[in-house]
Formats: sequence, structure tokens, C-alpha cells
Amino acid sequence: MDSAEPHPIIPYQTLILVLAALLVLTGVTIGVSYLDLGVFNVPITLAIASAKASLVLLYFMHLKYEGIAIKASFIGTICFLAIMISFTFWDIAFRH
Amino acid sequence: MAHRYDQTGIRIGMWLFLYTEIILFGGLFVLYAAYFHQYPSAFADGGRELSRGIGALNTIILLVSSCTVAASITAIRHQAKRLCLLLLAVSFSCGGFFLLNKYFEWGYKFAHGIYPNSPVLTGGPAGRNIFFGLYYVITGLHGLHVLIGMTLLALSFVLVYKNKITGQRFALLENSGLYWHLVDLIWIFVFPLFYLIL
Repeated sequence: MDSAEPHPIIPYQTLILVLAALLVLTGVTIGVSYLDLGVFNVPITLAIASAKASLVLLYFMHLKYEGIAIKASFIGTICFLAIMISFTFWDIAFRH
Repeated sequence: MAHRYDQTGIRIGMWLFLYTEIILFGGLFVLYAAYFHQYPSAFADGGRELSRGIGALNTIILLVSSCTVAASITAIRHQAKRLCLLLLAVSFSCGGFFLLNKYFEWGYKFAHGIYPNSPVLTGGPAGRNIFFGLYYVITGLHGLHVLIGMTLLALSFVLVYKNKITGQRFALLENSGLYWHLVDLIWIFVFPLFYLIL
């Protein structure tokens, strides 16, 4: 990516649409929290939060328009985070 | 003299810093997950004691402020300096409202004897003590990030005003924005984990 030419300017309409989607997802996650879905409570809540986080990352943080260096290093960080959380949790869940 | 200005390099540096922040909060979320596994009912009861209304309001405030920060970058690149300043001021105020809500929220809990190492918590069930301990550590650390983010937004505001940040040179505004979005990202996970757990 040529550093002299930064990534494209994101139109206001796109930003407003992303905000609208984020607010709708917030409403959904609050609504879902009133339903008792048993074992699915936490996974559904985390799935909605991840969808919101993805919107913020892709559009507000311009990740969609970044070069390979930032995209790859970000995915690497998320993989490390997943390893940290899942390996720790496996230990706790199966210790007894 | 032509001074090379590597906007991409500056952003990569910021992202590297953000990765350390992700791992910092990730560690705290691991702690949350481990204790949630151990005390599921205490965590659910603790979550019900928190105000969903204030939590939801703060979520909306942070999402709107993230949008206005992103829009301020669009504005400066369209050479709309006044609009950029207005959007930054709105974002900064959103941060202030967020902290004000947190102040009332914490104050209300303190008034009920729920604060770190309080007799109500240490004398009560272990799960409840741990839930509120994590609540204060994570929302406190997040609040500190809101304060730092507001400082960066204020700095960007001044530099835009002084024409030090322009449509051609806006890396500092962009990096302040990235930091602010990270604060928003963390809250996106804090809100359901603390306020919405059944």
C-alpha cells in the first residue's frame, strides 16, 4: 500500500448506517438477555458482541481498507487471544 | 525540505500498541470466564444488581461517540474543519457523559456498601465478592481508558484548531480515533458480560 495515498475516505452515509446497525444489535442483545436460552445464553450474547466489534473494527477503525501488515497482525492477535482464553478455560473446565 | 511522512507506518505503530491493550483486557476476561464458570449463580445475581438502563445508555453513548470520531476524520479529509471540530467536541462530551454515568453508578453502589474490600462484600458469599471485584477492576480500568481517550480527543481538537492537523496530515487524529474505538470495543464486551448475564 502506498503510504502517500491513504485509504479511501469513508462516506458519512456508511458511518451512519454502521451506527444504526450497532444500535439495533445493542437492542437485540438487551432483548435476548431477557429470554432464558439455557446453555445458549452466553454464546449468543458473545456472538452479538463479536458482530458489533467486527462492525467497529471494519468501518470505524478502517480495518477493511488496511494493508496486509495490519490485517495479518490483527488476526494474529485475535488467534493468540483465542488460544489464551480457550487453553486456560479447558484447564479450568476439565480439572475436576 | 521534504520530510517523509509515513502515514501507514504511524498507523501500524498504533495498532501494535492496541494489540497490547487487547491482550491486557483479554487477560481480565479470562479471569472473568474462570470465575463465572466457578460461580455462575452468584455472577447472575450480581449482574441483576447492576442497572441495565445505565449500562445500555453508556453503550449508546460510546457507540455514537465512535461514529462521530470516525466522521471527524471524513470531515477533515473533506477540508471541513468546523464540522471536524464540532464532531470532536461531541465525541469528547460523550466521553464526559459516560464518566458522569459511571460516577452515579459507582456512587449508588458505594452508598449500598458495595465497594472493593467493603464489609458487605468480604462478609458475604465469595462469588458475589469476586463478581463485584472484577466489576470494579474492569470498569475502572476501562474508565481510565475513557479518560486517556478524552485527553487524546482534546489534543486532536486543539491541533485541528491550530491547523496542525489537516486533510493531508491527520495521523494523530486517526490514531486518537483508533484509541477511542478500542475503548468502545472493550465496552461492547464489558456491557453484556456484566449487565446482561442471566
